[in-house]
Amino acid sequence: MLRVSDGAQLILIILLPLVVAPICYVLRSVRVVWLLTLATALSCFLMSVGLLLVVLDTGGFSYHLGGWAPPVGIEYRLDLLSAFVLLVLTAVFFVCQLYAGSLTVASSSKEVPPAIAPAFFAATLLCIAGLMGIVVTGDVFNLFVFLEISSLATYAMISLGRDRRALTAAFQYLVLGTIGATFFLIGVGLLYAETGTLNMREMSMLIPDLVDRQTAFTGMTFVIIGLALKLAIFPLHLWLPNAYTEAPSVVTVLLAGTSTKVAFYALARMVVSVFGVETVVETPLPRLLLIVGSLAVLFTSAQAILQANVKRLLAYSSVAQIGYMVIGLGLLTTEGLAAGFVHLFNHALTKTGLFMAVGIMMLVSLDARLSSLAGLGRQMPWTSAAVVITAFSLVGIPGTAGFISKWALLDAALAQEAYLIAAVVVVGSLLACLYLLRLLDVMYFQVSEKPRESITIPIHMVTALWLLAIACIWFGLSTEYSLSVAKLAAASMMESL
Amino acid sequence: MTMSDVVLEHYNYWVVIVLMMIGMYTVISRGHLLKKVIGLNIFQTSVFIMYISIGYVEGGTVPIVEGGAASDVVYANPLPHVLILTAIVVGVSTTALALALIIRIREAYGTLEEYDIQKLDQDAESE
Repeated sequence: MLRVSDGAQLILIILLPLVVAPICYVLRSVRVVWLLTLATALSCFLMSVGLLLVVLDTGGFSYHLGGWAPPVGIEYRLDLLSAFVLLVLTAVFFVCQLYAGSLTVASSSKEVPPAIAPAFFAATLLCIAGLMGIVVTGDVFNLFVFLEISSLATYAMISLGRDRRALTAAFQYLVLGTIGATFFLIGVGLLYAETGTLNMREMSMLIPDLVDRQTAFTGMTFVIIGLALKLAIFPLHLWLPNAYTEAPSVVTVLLAGTSTKVAFYALARMVVSVFGVETVVETPLPRLLLIVGSLAVLFTSAQAILQANVKRLLAYSSVAQIGYMVIGLGLLTTEGLAAGFVHLFNHALTKTGLFMAVGIMMLVSLDARLSSLAGLGRQMPWTSAAVVITAFSLVGIPGTAGFISKWALLDAALAQEAYLIAAVVVVGSLLACLYLLRLLDVMYFQVSEKPRESITIPIHMVTALWLLAIACIWFGLSTEYSLSVAKLAAASMMESL
Repeated sequence: MTMSDVVLEHYNYWVVIVLMMIGMYTVISRGHLLKKVIGLNIFQTSVFIMYISIGYVEGGTVPIVEGGAASDVVYANPLPHVLILTAIVVGVSTTALALALIIRIREAYGTLEEYDIQKLDQDAESE
């Protein structure tokens, strides 16, 4: 039984941040703007919880923009998978906004000066509106528009970094991101030329008969490469370490938890729902995804070990984690997809938490160099404890969220008798152990050369960090809401369309 | 159909491919940031032309339905044209943001050559 209000909620959740963003920009008081953003984030989160409950009940529904039925009009479609990703997004966004409340406190507002803080909040709202739009849209061209809305906001946010290198990092990402989006646009154009539709469901029905046509095949290739650039799949990841390192901490936490996750969702949506498993199996794509995913895990984990900058270390680790998700997609089984999505969820919690902890420690160390964190384990016992929890989750120690997804991925690989892939997953975790031990070693077993003044850490930051650290343990012990939902979502995705 | 017919009948698509390659090559090969943006613009423009070509219908006329239009009138497909209007807007915004970043980079580094910027960053690091 579909109610009208569900469809209204689906459009409202996108419109709300889009409408609030310009209001934020006009208001001058940082505190008011922050409260407004936080309220928006909370409403979006509550709406997405409601939407997920409805979808668990009904199995999904559509909203037709302006009352035009597809294929003529644009369709927003919410199924189990999009509702799940939407919930992850809004949850991470809410926690990140809580963390960004530190900008209202004078002692820690150095990162983003009060003068430009309203613009920062406006940009985060635009970014999340675009990302949520990508998740709910059922129209490929609409997906491109939302992709660019979120990307433009992201470029602006990265350039807020204090160091001038933030500007070049933002520019580099702008050039690569625009090439990626334009590739996606070329692919959509070619697919439209072949199928005559932009609606994902219509397109998915027409594509199986067109695989032999060169235009359709070329279109699919362009779409996949375009999204791969946005997703930062190895070797298209070069923009990511710079962007994550140079952006202010409040921006990095948001990027780490949302943007690549949504790009992975978009890739999975296009490959599985639109192109279809039967079509894709015939192409070299699954094998290619497995290869680049494995290379990402091994190569960038090794690179992370060599980094002297904590944020860069974690950024390389992010590329490796994207590799795990891509491996899950490359297996093209229900279990593999479920593992990919549950890793999306767990990694969003874990890496956002870890970046938050590093952001807090940088308030004291004033520097992102690994050596400058020496001795912080003793000086900041609680923050360091949170680092330990999230680091364990990143490695995949049993009892933490990261263990669940790596176990699921290992299971999926062994079910396909892909022993080499299973080995890559294990070796990747060992490498993660190495680079995180370096971090823990500096924090706990080395002594700082110069004494530091102790400052009070804003309560917003601590609350946000501990919310995520506890979530890392909670979802490591209870898989009811993470793995089960991801499995249901993956199963419904493989069946339908 | 001979090879030359294939080339001539689809000449607009060949133009698209040539423009696309010129744009991509400019982005990759030029060290000057402004030239990179120009290359990016050429690259995007080639996609605009591709979309407009897709909307072409042989013998089609302007897709405006006049009162009591006869059903045998062939119209060009307006949808790709509408799509590309949106993409042009996106392209303009991207260019504006890129130029704004370039101004800031110029203020911060005093140069727009990628090589010089990298060198300045390395010098700052080693200090």
